[in-house]
Amino acid sequence: MSASNVLLEQAAPVESDAGIKQAARRAKRHRMFRLWTARLGFAVFIIGGWQLCTALKWVDPFFFGQPSKIWDSLMHLFTKGTEFGSIWDDIGVTLKEALYGFFLGTAAGVILGLLLGQNRFLADVLGPYIKVVNAVPRIILGSIFLVAFGLGTFPKVLLAAVLVFFIVFFNAFQGVREVNPNLVANVKVLGASPVQVARHVTIPSALTWIIASLHTAFGFAIIGALVGEVLGSQRGMGLVITQAQNKFDPNTVFAGMAIMAVITLVAEYLITMLEKRVLAWRPPSHSESAGG
Amino acid sequence: MALLSRIGRGATDFSVPVDVGGSAPARIEVARLTKRFLTPAGSPFTALRNVTFTVEPGQFCAIVGPTGCGKSTTLGLVSGLDRPSEGSVRVGGREVHGVTKGVSFMFQADALFPWKTVLANVMIGPTLNGTSRKNAVALARDWLRRVGLAGFEDRYPHQLSGGMRKRVAMAAALINAPRILLMDEPFGALDVQTKAIMQTELLALWEQMRPSVLFITHDLDEAVALADRVLVMTSSPGSIKQSFDIDLPRPRGEVQEIRHEARFLELQGQIWASLKDEVQRAYAQTAGAA
Repeated sequence: MSASNVLLEQAAPVESDAGIKQAARRAKRHRMFRLWTARLGFAVFIIGGWQLCTALKWVDPFFFGQPSKIWDSLMHLFTKGTEFGSIWDDIGVTLKEALYGFFLGTAAGVILGLLLGQNRFLADVLGPYIKVVNAVPRIILGSIFLVAFGLGTFPKVLLAAVLVFFIVFFNAFQGVREVNPNLVANVKVLGASPVQVARHVTIPSALTWIIASLHTAFGFAIIGALVGEVLGSQRGMGLVITQAQNKFDPNTVFAGMAIMAVITLVAEYLITMLEKRVLAWRPPSHSESAGG
Repeated sequence: MALLSRIGRGATDFSVPVDVGGSAPARIEVARLTKRFLTPAGSPFTALRNVTFTVEPGQFCAIVGPTGCGKSTTLGLVSGLDRPSEGSVRVGGREVHGVTKGVSFMFQADALFPWKTVLANVMIGPTLNGTSRKNAVALARDWLRRVGLAGFEDRYPHQLSGGMRKRVAMAAALINAPRILLMDEPFGALDVQTKAIMQTELLALWEQMRPSVLFITHDLDEAVALADRVLVMTSSPGSIKQSFDIDLPRPRGEVQEIRHEARFLELQGQIWASLKDEVQRAYAQTAGAA
């Protein structure tokens, strides 16, 4: 809106409350319309461009797949299943591995993070080791777990848990370190025991950090489960994807990717809901309100 | 630990919900208190040197002094959160080892739990000393009414104004009927008008309950308007330079109106004359260090 427009509006007679509300609603509707048009346009540009490039053979669809063929593969996966059975079983296996790993890793990360965050000595003793283990490319651990525990669910759960653990651990640890010392002093003066300090101050304070880490952590749980399956398994989306890769079928690889992406998005949504519930006390931040 | 809890129980029985004014105010005796520590750079630093003063039971004592003279360190030592290098602190006739029982603290920065509602924030004191939830809720509601926040029980701190947050902090500090109230520039971050309102409300509540108060401020007007006695501290290392008795009659009523009384201005002038040298020396010290 230009400056002259603003001046004109100010000079006009005072608007009624209903008028202001209506104008705000109209502005919001207009903004949402533009936003979704732009979003849709972007998707059409990317997917349409991909389809066009492969249809005109600028890019070889044999290597890079083609959106329409990916859609066909998706339909095939859901109607005919994979060569091992229903696609839902594979999704279920991968999801189970990821969820177990997610919960195991989160529990371990939270407990150890809170413990080390509050105990300086323990943190100093274990700190270097945690740094070393964190520097190891942990995805390689998958090979070891596979050799040690076979092709079943357990090695995938373990790999997912290891990936999740470090993210949650560092956040919980940092969360404890960031506790407002005034709050701790305040409850100590009021006679709080160490357990009460943890219950009333440390844990609620660290919860902000822990829950923020869960978004990333779930993505890593899925990665852990998939990589575990790619390394060796009898069922699961990782296996579906490797099989497709071995048959030079990029469309099914992309279809598998899309399925896992949808699952991760749903999980992300659920975690956001949990975050809103648990962290209802937080003042609305600008970045969140801008996200809509 | 066992010894400590026995001392605590001997002084006041806190397992029983304390009635308003149920615990007698305590005398604070600070004798030859010295606090030294190593700075992060590794050089020894004397924050307090040979500090001696007594706060009589029920007295409102303010400490003024230049920035960095160890005022907050003194409060930390009286509360028992920190240990003296030399000298002793006695509260109600008993030497302070570990956290002193029956003390409440109020800080300049908000010490409210952002994740607790207003009601839960005020309830924390009774909850920690084992009061049943039902009684704690009733007590907290009563205190919120007293500080004029009835109807705000379910709000979160970020939804309140600065003055309202201070009221919550005041209710939370007074709900346990402390023997001693330690205040570290509690109104330092407020705007001038809100500050005056909060001071008046603090005085009204204090006059009902009469705990011993140790009130730290660098606002001389605030010290004179509120306190029975004003201690002036020297610049670092801090020690007590002078003590002034404030004989303005109580109840004092509106803080903003006392400021224009002749006796107020006279006292304020005397204390400023004493404080001015220290402020200038503290300034020279920091300017020299920079």
